[in-house]
Amino acid sequence: MSISPERETRELRLQQIRREAELRATSISKLLSTSQVDKRPSNGHALQDFEPAAYASAQTGYYGMPLLKTPSWTWEVPIYLFVGGAAGASAMLASVGKLTGADRDMIRDARWLAAIGAALSPPLLISDLGFPKRFLNMLRVFKVQSPMSVGSWTLVSFSSAAAASAVLTELERRRVLPRIPVLTDVAEIGAALTGLVLATYTGVLVGATAIPVWNAKVSLIPIHFATSGLSTAVSVLELRGHTSSALNKIGIGATVVETAIGASLELGKKPATEPLHHGPTGWTMRVAGLLSGPVPLALRLLSLTSSSRSARSVKLRKAAAISSIAGSLITRWAWVYAGRASSKDPKVPLQLPGPPRPDATQIPQDK
Amino acid sequence: MSVTAFLTDSTLCIGCKACEVACKEWNQVPADGFDFRALSYDNTGSLGHSTWRHVKFVENGAVPGFGGNASEVFSWGFSSDVCKHCANAGCLEACPTGAIVRTEFGGVYVQPDVCNGCGYCVVCCPFGVVERRPDDGRAFKCTFCYDRQKEGLAPACATACPTESIKFGEIEHLRETARERVRDLEEKGFDDVNLYDPTETSVGGIHAFFIVRGDPKTYNLPPKPEVPTTYLKKGWMSAGIAAAAMVAGAFLAFTGSSDR
Repeated sequence: MSISPERETRELRLQQIRREAELRATSISKLLSTSQVDKRPSNGHALQDFEPAAYASAQTGYYGMPLLKTPSWTWEVPIYLFVGGAAGASAMLASVGKLTGADRDMIRDARWLAAIGAALSPPLLISDLGFPKRFLNMLRVFKVQSPMSVGSWTLVSFSSAAAASAVLTELERRRVLPRIPVLTDVAEIGAALTGLVLATYTGVLVGATAIPVWNAKVSLIPIHFATSGLSTAVSVLELRGHTSSALNKIGIGATVVETAIGASLELGKKPATEPLHHGPTGWTMRVAGLLSGPVPLALRLLSLTSSSRSARSVKLRKAAAISSIAGSLITRWAWVYAGRASSKDPKVPLQLPGPPRPDATQIPQDK
Repeated sequence: MSVTAFLTDSTLCIGCKACEVACKEWNQVPADGFDFRALSYDNTGSLGHSTWRHVKFVENGAVPGFGGNASEVFSWGFSSDVCKHCANAGCLEACPTGAIVRTEFGGVYVQPDVCNGCGYCVVCCPFGVVERRPDDGRAFKCTFCYDRQKEGLAPACATACPTESIKFGEIEHLRETARERVRDLEEKGFDDVNLYDPTETSVGGIHAFFIVRGDPKTYNLPPKPEVPTTYLKKGWMSAGIAAAAMVAGAFLAFTGSSDR
């Protein structure tokens, strides 16, 4: 094997590092001159992010340092989870509504809600990429084992179908185009099917990771996100002035499920789910749960006591809608931030017993 | 091409950080801060986007008799951490662009010209290794010196290690070396030597195993690392149930309402 002269110089440098280490049992990098030092906290873990333990031991782990890396996702991701979920559910509502002969104006609004959500989602995701110029690399491959890959393809298909469905029907309605049933129906059904994936895959995306609080709830998160998306879609349609009692029924169903999810999160305590019960992440999840579950459920049930078009009923349903939308948005933030908190605690991946760390002043026992 | 591996024998490590320096120089990895962390002599904290070898410093109780420790002086445990290059790698499975690939040497390699910085590998690594570099945006980790291996050379860290604490070679051969070394140490009276190589979990073994004294947890090595693809089945089942329930619910609500 032959190496070029410059490679040989670099190879010699490795030998030099080795000799230096042998002689002084320490080594100094030429790269680490103070002028080049980057003040950014290394490895994304600022010191204040965690409480270092005084010792590295089998009881504390390595000085209590985080074992996992913190998700690098920023604010765009929870917003996308919210927008994409609502858009996907809305496309499904448009399709089912059309099949069952629901109010045309409502179907039209549902279609547009899907199309607007479909238009907003890609920019949100692209701006969250570390290297946004390469967003098209998402479509280099399709990997069924990667929810991120499945999701990228789903979003592309959904965006195209939802936009086509909304625009085509609008052009037909205004008689700009003749009616082409095959094209509009394919777009409509395509949007509904991909919309169902869009509203649920994000739960798999979050759940199938190494983050303890997420993978501990991998069965629950897809259901939680889907319900939350459906609630939002119904709520937006109600705020647009649609009073169909079918919307209220779907809303009641979704808020019942939300209430059950909230209760199961509150009751199912294990070490991995600590961020759902303690501190700011715990309270965020509780507020989200109340605003998406019991509060809108009570308002919706109250609205049933008056006739569905009465001013009182409409008011109550609009209040429920606002609560659900806020709750749904906060739900996504709560899950993302619970994951961030969870990643910083080495207790679960190291299977350490809680409470987190022993008294820092105590020297661990020798074996 | 044969599958290669690292054996990091921390019983031979003297904590000189030559591996960290050699890795940085060879791979032109940027400086990652000059923090004094007050965590023994460790100032890089953990593996990350700009730390591909990381020497851990563990201060144990005094062990008189081994190496002539005085009873009032604590004994050292040093261990040079590195990407584990898992047999079932969470980062590789998760990567949506195909930027992360398995090389002909069995290593897991992030192609910097393909990565678009989606960050999904970061949350899918059960060892907390791969990370997005904030000023660059892409994900980085140990390349297993893919360039050097292609030329038949050992990785920079193994080349620079003055005590041969970092060994590099064919994986099965190295596993045998590791078992022999553990036996040898046990015969010499070290009763707390462990080989860290989680073959029993869904990770299916790693291409960078470690000999450490004491509990591997002390070095933040997780006892049961799982590749996150194991959660996919549960997740997609739930997603399917949720989707079906949504459609069924909407159907029932619309058909059951006179004012639909």
